[in-house]
Amino acid sequence: MRVCFEVNGKAVEVDVEPRTHLADCLREVLRLTGTHLGCEHGVCGACTVIVDGAAVRSCLMLAVQAECSSVVTVEGLSNDEALTPLQTAFRKHHGLQCGFCTPGMLTTAHALLTDEPDADADRIREVLSGNLCRCTGYIGIVEAVLEARVAYRKTPPR
Amino acid sequence: MIGMNRYIGSPVERTEDLRFLRGRGEFVGDLWREGLLHAAILRSPAAHGHIRGIDVAPALELAGVRAVITATDLGVVPMIPLRLLPLPGTERFLQPVIAADRVRYVGEPVAVVVADSPALAEDGVGAITLEIVDLPPVIDRHTSGHGDALLFENSGTNLAMRFTATCGDIDAAFREAAYVRREQFQVQRHMAMTMEPRGVLAEWDGARERMTVFGAAKVAFFNRDTLAKLLGLRGSSVDLIENDVGGGFGARGEFYPEDFLIPFAARRLERPVRWIEDRREHLIAMNHARETDCDIEIACRRDGTILGVRGEVFVDIGAYIRTTGLIAPRTTTQFLTGPYRVPNQRIITEALLTNKTPTGTYRAPGRYEGSFFFERLLELAAHDLGIDIVEMRRRNLIGAAEMPYKLPLLEPSGPGAVTEADSGDYAEPLDRCLAEFGWEQKRALQGRVIDGRYHGIAIACFIEGAGMGPKETARLDLEIDGTITVYVGSAAVGQGLETVMGQIAADTLGIALDQVRVLHGSTPYLKEGYGSFHSRSTILGGSAVLEGARALVEKIRSAAAARFGVEATDIEFVDGRARTKDGRALSLAELAADRLRVDVEFSNNNTLTYAYGTAAAHVAVDPGTGQVELLDYVAVEDVGRIINPLTLHGQAVGGIVQGLGGAMMENLVYDANGQLLSGSLADYQIPTATDFPTIRAFALQNHPSPSNPLGVKGAGEGTIIPTGALMANAVANALASFGAMPTALPLSPARVWRMASTAAQSASKNLT
Amino acid sequence: MKPAAFDYCAPATLPEVVDLLSAADAAVIAGGQSLMPLLAFRLAVPSLLVDLRRVPGLDTIAIDDSGVRLGAKVRWCDIEENDRLATAHPLLREAVAHVAHYAIRNRGTVGGSLAHADPAAELPGIAVTCDAEIVLFGASGERVVAAAEFFTGPLSTARQSDEVITELRLPAWPERRRWAFREFSQRQGDFALAGVALFYDGDAQGRAHDAHVGVIGACDRPQRLPIVEAILNGATVGDVLIREAAALAAQAVDPPADLHADVAYRRALIATLVERALRAAQARRP
Repeated sequence: MRVCFEVNGKAVEVDVEPRTHLADCLREVLRLTGTHLGCEHGVCGACTVIVDGAAVRSCLMLAVQAECSSVVTVEGLSNDEALTPLQTAFRKHHGLQCGFCTPGMLTTAHALLTDEPDADADRIREVLSGNLCRCTGYIGIVEAVLEARVAYRKTPPR
Repeated sequence: MIGMNRYIGSPVERTEDLRFLRGRGEFVGDLWREGLLHAAILRSPAAHGHIRGIDVAPALELAGVRAVITATDLGVVPMIPLRLLPLPGTERFLQPVIAADRVRYVGEPVAVVVADSPALAEDGVGAITLEIVDLPPVIDRHTSGHGDALLFENSGTNLAMRFTATCGDIDAAFREAAYVRREQFQVQRHMAMTMEPRGVLAEWDGARERMTVFGAAKVAFFNRDTLAKLLGLRGSSVDLIENDVGGGFGARGEFYPEDFLIPFAARRLERPVRWIEDRREHLIAMNHARETDCDIEIACRRDGTILGVRGEVFVDIGAYIRTTGLIAPRTTTQFLTGPYRVPNQRIITEALLTNKTPTGTYRAPGRYEGSFFFERLLELAAHDLGIDIVEMRRRNLIGAAEMPYKLPLLEPSGPGAVTEADSGDYAEPLDRCLAEFGWEQKRALQGRVIDGRYHGIAIACFIEGAGMGPKETARLDLEIDGTITVYVGSAAVGQGLETVMGQIAADTLGIALDQVRVLHGSTPYLKEGYGSFHSRSTILGGSAVLEGARALVEKIRSAAAARFGVEATDIEFVDGRARTKDGRALSLAELAADRLRVDVEFSNNNTLTYAYGTAAAHVAVDPGTGQVELLDYVAVEDVGRIINPLTLHGQAVGGIVQGLGGAMMENLVYDANGQLLSGSLADYQIPTATDFPTIRAFALQNHPSPSNPLGVKGAGEGTIIPTGALMANAVANALASFGAMPTALPLSPARVWRMASTAAQSASKNLT
Repeated sequence: MKPAAFDYCAPATLPEVVDLLSAADAAVIAGGQSLMPLLAFRLAVPSLLVDLRRVPGLDTIAIDDSGVRLGAKVRWCDIEENDRLATAHPLLREAVAHVAHYAIRNRGTVGGSLAHADPAAELPGIAVTCDAEIVLFGASGERVVAAAEFFTGPLSTARQSDEVITELRLPAWPERRRWAFREFSQRQGDFALAGVALFYDGDAQGRAHDAHVGVIGACDRPQRLPIVEAILNGATVGDVLIREAAALAAQAVDPPADLHADVAYRRALIATLVERALRAAQARRP
């Protein structure tokens, strides 16, 4: 089936089997491998992307369901020169070790802070409880997101 | 010569992060090749049985399915050799790379389907008809020990190996003791559960007879040699490439059946083949760990001085001995008493085969289990004897004046069988932990009820052995542009290897960190390498890089001296420039034409390091639900020397939270037919961001290790060790008024509720 | 864990959806948060997926004197963001706050949760506790099923294969009602090991009446506990009564045993949750 949508600001057109989920479409067809597959049953959050402004588990969405949507992946959160404030904070606070859960953490945190730049530690933990990490123990991740808030208070959403 | 350390000891931000944060990491699942085919594995649905027939025709009829490989296609089915402790007798219990006529655990590979896409390969797996005649499954170590049903009839036993640790005169110790207590404890089966499942991509170049395999980790060189042998190829014909690795924790990177099957398929089909494990497979196919129970007895003086420990330990190692399957059993035996002075010991451990997923190393293998067993017993002894629980530890810790301290002798012999605690003052982290935790202030909370919840505190001490040899290799090249490339045989599993090795090289050379590039793990880089396990990479890899960098400095000075016509001793190499006394200088870029290179190997003669520490926990227990909230957790560890406090802290906190998962919630549960019930991440529950928000970890570097020039001790596996013990003792102390007696992990809500819901008899006291 | 192959279509009208469901071995997909894992594990192998994404009119939240009507495509985040629901149906809001995780709440729907009928899910529990009605549309037209009759077992409902859930109707919620929702799981966002939703109104003398006590996770489907409701009705809710009610609740349920909880523990958990919910309801300042 043909599906047309937008990824990281660019229009794309793909031809996929209906059973292909959005994560595999991004990874295998569009070669955007930053979005990771950690479980394929909607528990670990490593596959999180932003669809029409909302954080979504891309393994729980069919590619064909993305028709006419605007999708942002971890690659779309970067610019080519410097690290963004969120990325800088993650690096400063050692919020990543193996890096596998990191894309999902970044997209989820970005979606959260865009809507709630004043989220406190409890709210940040509550939201990130849907993203599993096995390496860090989460302390550094939460500290990073707390620090990144100030940048989201200044810039307009999305 | 190490100049002023700019990097070593500093919280340098990681170079790895730049690609991970941008989503530009390259994990094996991210790799693609022209003509790539995809594999899926048919796994045994039965725990124990004979394969009567496999009909692969329906799979081959599906469009897009290219091949189905079974044991028949291999001819003689090779066995996977042990990497560690290949003791006599173990050859009877090795795993074949694919099941031929017998299956011994649910999940054992039976066939490989290769197709145009992963989905089609999975369709192919579903189409195969597999006929198995069931045999009675051996589902626990008790059944295994009885021996009525055997996994390997020809061997006549299910006992894979027995280990013994001894020291002193155990019978005399128990005769003299004023107090003895005997108990049974149990740690549940759980596992490393890496966020990235496993994967292998294999490429065969028939014209050049070269096999290249991607997705390697941990011990690529050993695995390269193993694969070459199993495929009948020269070692130089096989390369294993380490990409980015999504966590290891001891489990990823060992040689698994798929590490043979996928390259075999690639060679057979003459097409690149990629297999990516899915999470359901991961839970059943990746090494399990920790399922151990014990029956142990402690003997003390009335003042709490431990005289001796004796007893039996039983480890359920699953259906085959895996490459590292005997490590946890041997370490539980030798390190049951951890950092404590126990001059008389006899511990006998049996590693028993069962029809469940085979087991291997998982972060602090054997130490986690031993700490739970021994710290529980210590706590009970302290309460029985009326001795303060902190004093009970302090009084029995190996003392600084006793270093180096000979640890119990392990049999059968092997690396580390004879070993000694190298250096340190175990009381220092104890004192620091008490202070940071606020033990004196929190003491009053012990057993108290506040707002309906029972509070408890506990303390435990640990040592972590690290640095198994024999050696590590490194090469340093001066590049054309004046930068340095460091190749090291150590492997990255997410621990920040590139940054730490870079720091060591940059400081030793006296140049900026961004002038150093670190490449690691993959076999093309070096002639041989030894890898990352037993927290050895900074000790051995770091020391190799250090010595290599020192040697390179000497070569730089000699090369500059030759250019300037002076003696090497007249050359100073500072800030990347080689300078004569009279001010002539050459930059590294200017010296590049000399093609300076150093190849080095560092050996520590298997002299292990022992980092050590103390941790304390404060919990509040809700008796109505069995919920345990961790209100504070403090860990202090002396690691000899800190290279990067940022990454070290990450290891410490990560290890604690991983251990708490095992203590409270993780459980691989089997039913009576040997079926794994914990088949998804909804059922195999690991900690999330809300579970343990208050963790504080501190590192000391008061007592460097004498065993390596950096003075470092391995520090990746220490903080996980006491987590099970601490939570159990804290809960026991919180629920003391109920006579709660935790003897098993995990401390699930149901189990904790049960402890608080029945008023138990007080434990019988064995004072004589 | 790739699904078995299926065809897919996204029709523009409800009658087209029903025609497709009647003709084939088909499954309905909306948010997919419950269905996709079933497809991934190949526990569900439909030949056709019928997506509701283009069907209009199923995503409204209507609040009036008759109560609250939630369209089947209303998502958890829509309920969270609707400020009127905080007063129009605080029990619904409170229960929905416990559903799953952030990203799932952006896609998961009312209709999906009801159709999936997990015995530990919050919304089926609210539906049963509140005497809700589920509106279905199928080949024979529209029909309304009482929540008490809708859930027939674990992952099993009265929905026929040609029917689509279109709406959940909750009765009006009086302003001065006393209510509480309590559930327990070991980790944030997990399926509840057990959960309790309850409410009662007070008469002129301050005695409880019209008590509704519902439990999730304590049985193969959500259920009310009439035996507990009976001792509350007509009584003044105080300490002694609360303890008696809790004890009765434990006896009234027939909980399943699973990996995470045995029967005795679940019973005790129900008692604890009933007790805590009643205390909270009683203490509420309406």
